[in-house]
Amino acid sequence: MDDSLYQRRKRTNQIGLTLSMLAMVLGMTVLLWILALLFYKGFAAFSWTFFTASTPAPGSEGGGLANAIVGSLMLVGMCTLVSTPIGVLAGVYLAEYGDQSPIAGLTRFVSDIMLSAPSIVIGLFVYAILVAQVKHFSGWAGMIALSLIAIPVVVRTTENILRLVPGSLREAAFALGAPRWKVATMVTLRAAKAGVITGVLLSLARISGETAPLLFTALNNQFFSTDMNKPLANLPVVIFQFALSPYDNWINLAWGGALLITLVVLLINIVTRIFFREKVSA
Amino acid sequence: MENAAQTPPMMDTSLQNERLLAIARSQRVQDFIFHKVTLVFAMTVLVALIGIIVSLIINAWPTLEKFGLKFFYTVEWDIINEEFGAAIAIFGTLASATIALIIAVPLSFGIALFLTETCPLWLRKPLGTAVELLAAVPSIIYGMFGLFIFAPLFAQYGQPALQSTLGQMPLIGQFFGGAMNGIGILAAGLILSIMILPFIASVMRDVFEIVPPILRESAYGLGCTTWEVVRNIVLPYTKTGVIGGIMLGLGRALGETMAVTFVIGNSQRIGASLFSPGSSIASTLANEFGEADNLHLSSLFALGLVLFVITFLVLAAAKLLLIRLERGQGSRT
Repeated sequence: MDDSLYQRRKRTNQIGLTLSMLAMVLGMTVLLWILALLFYKGFAAFSWTFFTASTPAPGSEGGGLANAIVGSLMLVGMCTLVSTPIGVLAGVYLAEYGDQSPIAGLTRFVSDIMLSAPSIVIGLFVYAILVAQVKHFSGWAGMIALSLIAIPVVVRTTENILRLVPGSLREAAFALGAPRWKVATMVTLRAAKAGVITGVLLSLARISGETAPLLFTALNNQFFSTDMNKPLANLPVVIFQFALSPYDNWINLAWGGALLITLVVLLINIVTRIFFREKVSA
Repeated sequence: MENAAQTPPMMDTSLQNERLLAIARSQRVQDFIFHKVTLVFAMTVLVALIGIIVSLIINAWPTLEKFGLKFFYTVEWDIINEEFGAAIAIFGTLASATIALIIAVPLSFGIALFLTETCPLWLRKPLGTAVELLAAVPSIIYGMFGLFIFAPLFAQYGQPALQSTLGQMPLIGQFFGGAMNGIGILAAGLILSIMILPFIASVMRDVFEIVPPILRESAYGLGCTTWEVVRNIVLPYTKTGVIGGIMLGLGRALGETMAVTFVIGNSQRIGASLFSPGSSIASTLANEFGEADNLHLSSLFALGLVLFVITFLVLAAAKLLLIRLERGQGSRT
């Protein structure tokens, strides 16, 4: 009786642990399979023209993604310029004044939700307030949509990292007679610089792959354009449209673009891990 | 004379005091401005949320006014005759997300368990990092994989296999019948499950790691097996966190656009089988928004509103659970 109970417990344990190992193997296999395929198909599409030529017209051969790459860089770059100061200052507010004010608690809660909110709805919102009003799609609209997604990421990482700065550092600065704004900007923010940069980089990684909010805002542009006031070509939307097209060369370009985005996102993530060791949970 | 000699230093200090006071005053003004400026920036997040809700309601209003509550449960989606109901899209969204959770939750539990309990120490860090990196892969990659690689294989091997096994069973058999072309609600659910797997797994692993070692070691000391420790110590201790993590994954799955749009089939009809094509709220928006106007456009905004409300509730619940776990952790340790 005792022996069989022991046996049963041992068996349950073995079954459970084996299943868990199988889950790990299965999960990693599928995910690595996806990545391997992406690299295989994507690298095949890389060529000189891939980076220098603009997107081809329907049915025509060749072509590249130069206009989409430049458009994406502009969108992401502008978005970082806008969302970094807003996000960092909001994060400073939450960390420095957050304990006293109910608004801070609410902001923290809301930005945590906005972190995972459906990005397509943010596209709808920007369409309603901007695109529908001026009656044309534009790079600016895409930039605003991306910023709305990036800001919560920056806010939360900034706050988390500022809270890790030792209180004694703040107190030392206060004791020297420094005003609050100087303590916040020249002591705590400076001490937490690496973490803040991590947050900005993570937000960059997050927005570079976002497709849904750009569909209704930046849309796409078949031609090379750097005018933010017009529809702007960008990698995610081009990938979306080309992948669903009937042309083989378009589909190849889509794989190449997908690989390019993934490489950038993975690279940013790896760089943040290597250079900024402290763990920042977004 | 003594008095006269004493006066200059006194004047000096009062002058200094005034200078210090002026500095203090200006610093107080600067601090006030700094406080308000950062407050304004912090408010942008709140303003954005309120703006999203208000703008969605305003734009959805014509539809809500015309169809009323009927909008939420009718299956009609007739663009030509301007009859709109959200039931099919809502069903597609909930069904694909549910399938994704049914598959992803046990798998991610297994992965988290492996990473925290059985994995050899030298493998823990690299594997954990790999899982976290995979959670960052853009969702459009999963969509393309689903359309070009997964769907043909699923039509050729997966669906026939499912039909000949689960399809023969009573009651649930009807879910696994019909045309097998690889795309549909089930395929969308499977792709979604692959997408949210690393996400839920890394949250679960983080949660499992907060269990105080002393609890774990006491259980081992009493002679518990690893499985018993996880079942009776780790899981009960981290219950709220695990559920919170799952709901975060659910929130992602509900709102996901790209991974779903590629494989769900984008049909505004409803079939008994999970093999049949359907549509989710996000995929309907992505497909139809470009050509929509008037009532159609307004109905799409109404769909967006439904999606936002559903995900908001799910994510808020998840957040509250995770906050409660953090508080509990504070009081217990």
